[in-house]
Amino acid sequence: MREARGRYTTVSIPTPLFERIKVLIEGTGFTSVSQFVTYVLREVVSDMEKQKAQAAVSEEEKKEIIERLRSLGYI
Amino acid sequence: MVSAPHGGRLIDRVARGLRAERLAEEANSMPTIDLNASTAYEVANVAHGVYSPLEGFMTQDDYESVLRSSRLVNDVPWTIPIVLDVSEQVAKQALNNDVVLSYQGVRFAVLSVEDAYRWDRRAFAERVYGVLDPEHPGVSAAMARQGEFLIGGMVELFRELPEPFGRYRLWPKETRVLFEQLGWRTIAAFQTRNAPHLGHEFVIKSALTFTDGVFVNPLVGWKKKGDFTDEAIVRSYEALLTHYFPKGSYVFSVLRAPMYYAGPKEAIHHAIMRKNFGATHFIVGRDHAGVGRYYGPYDAWKAFEEFPDLGVTPLFLREFFYCTKCKAVVNEKICPHDDSARVRISGTEIRRMITQGQRPPDYMMRPEVADALIAMGERAFI
Repeated sequence: MREARGRYTTVSIPTPLFERIKVLIEGTGFTSVSQFVTYVLREVVSDMEKQKAQAAVSEEEKKEIIERLRSLGYI
Repeated sequence: MVSAPHGGRLIDRVARGLRAERLAEEANSMPTIDLNASTAYEVANVAHGVYSPLEGFMTQDDYESVLRSSRLVNDVPWTIPIVLDVSEQVAKQALNNDVVLSYQGVRFAVLSVEDAYRWDRRAFAERVYGVLDPEHPGVSAAMARQGEFLIGGMVELFRELPEPFGRYRLWPKETRVLFEQLGWRTIAAFQTRNAPHLGHEFVIKSALTFTDGVFVNPLVGWKKKGDFTDEAIVRSYEALLTHYFPKGSYVFSVLRAPMYYAGPKEAIHHAIMRKNFGATHFIVGRDHAGVGRYYGPYDAWKAFEEFPDLGVTPLFLREFFYCTKCKAVVNEKICPHDDSARVRISGTEIRRMITQGQRPPDYMMRPEVADALIAMGERAFI
């Protein structure tokens, strides 16, 4: 058995922001400020990563793929 | 613009040219693990990026993370573990070695085994399916797995597996280029495992009204008794798309992957796969990937709320039915009439009629689709 990895860590946010979030999530499905912040950050980070996603194919490969797609009648 | 691959990078673990030849030769001296059909095709799917960012079978960290939180260790959403079970003896021999994977006696990929760990089938079933009922086809398949150990590591494919519907097999790299060539910026993917009736047709067409094109991508491969055969699905969609969809509005290709019948978790899995094919939207219907009464009809819709970072937009579409007062195929969002006017489009009833060689009524199934199925006789069903 290997040592289990830490699943959570701590980041700091301004106390007033923390308080505003606490009020904001009252009566919603979020049970803690941490849960809300995780949710929001995942959305933001995912959007930012999308911009940085790598191109899937080289130009040469793309030409070969287009040939195959033509031969199959897709284009 | 097509979706970014899940996890940010489209995986390509396919060896080509001299590299493939060399691997095939080296494989002669490696221990062999023979795979069943569904696991063998999982390897091909990993290698071609369908399961990006996975590069092989899951190691223990990812496996446990997925069961615990429906995310990989790096926090990327993932709901169905992709695993290879083997005996304890094979696991011990394979650890830290390369093994060759074969299907029906033909070697086709190398697995570099970096982890071997004992697994608990019951925990797997409980976390993935949410139930332990042996009548559940996914649970029974999980419990029937023989190996006490799972082995994980990267795969590299050096020989393509056979595909009876090769004309319709496209991989993510290909669909991404295709969508770009077609000039589509928004693509709605439709997952299916059935021959299409009018309910399916109107779900797809609803999505098509506000996207550039639809990607109809049925699962072929392992399914349960009574389901339509792969050939029936392909032939019936050929009939539907040719006669009832504008040319240039759809791309049809098959995906050889197992159905898990895991309801909400599988809906997320299906969405991830189609995101890797480049889809920007994913159609989630009633009782998506469900079976029997194990999941609520709209449980899969709720599951998407947990994943703000999924990177593919779910399209929640209600079931279509025929309304005798509207005299149209509609759903409850657009039909004001009560149940007495509504005729449900029943898959069971359609199957019964097809089996008896009868065409279902026009409001249930297009005649061209019915004829394609009837012509197949018993070959239409598993």
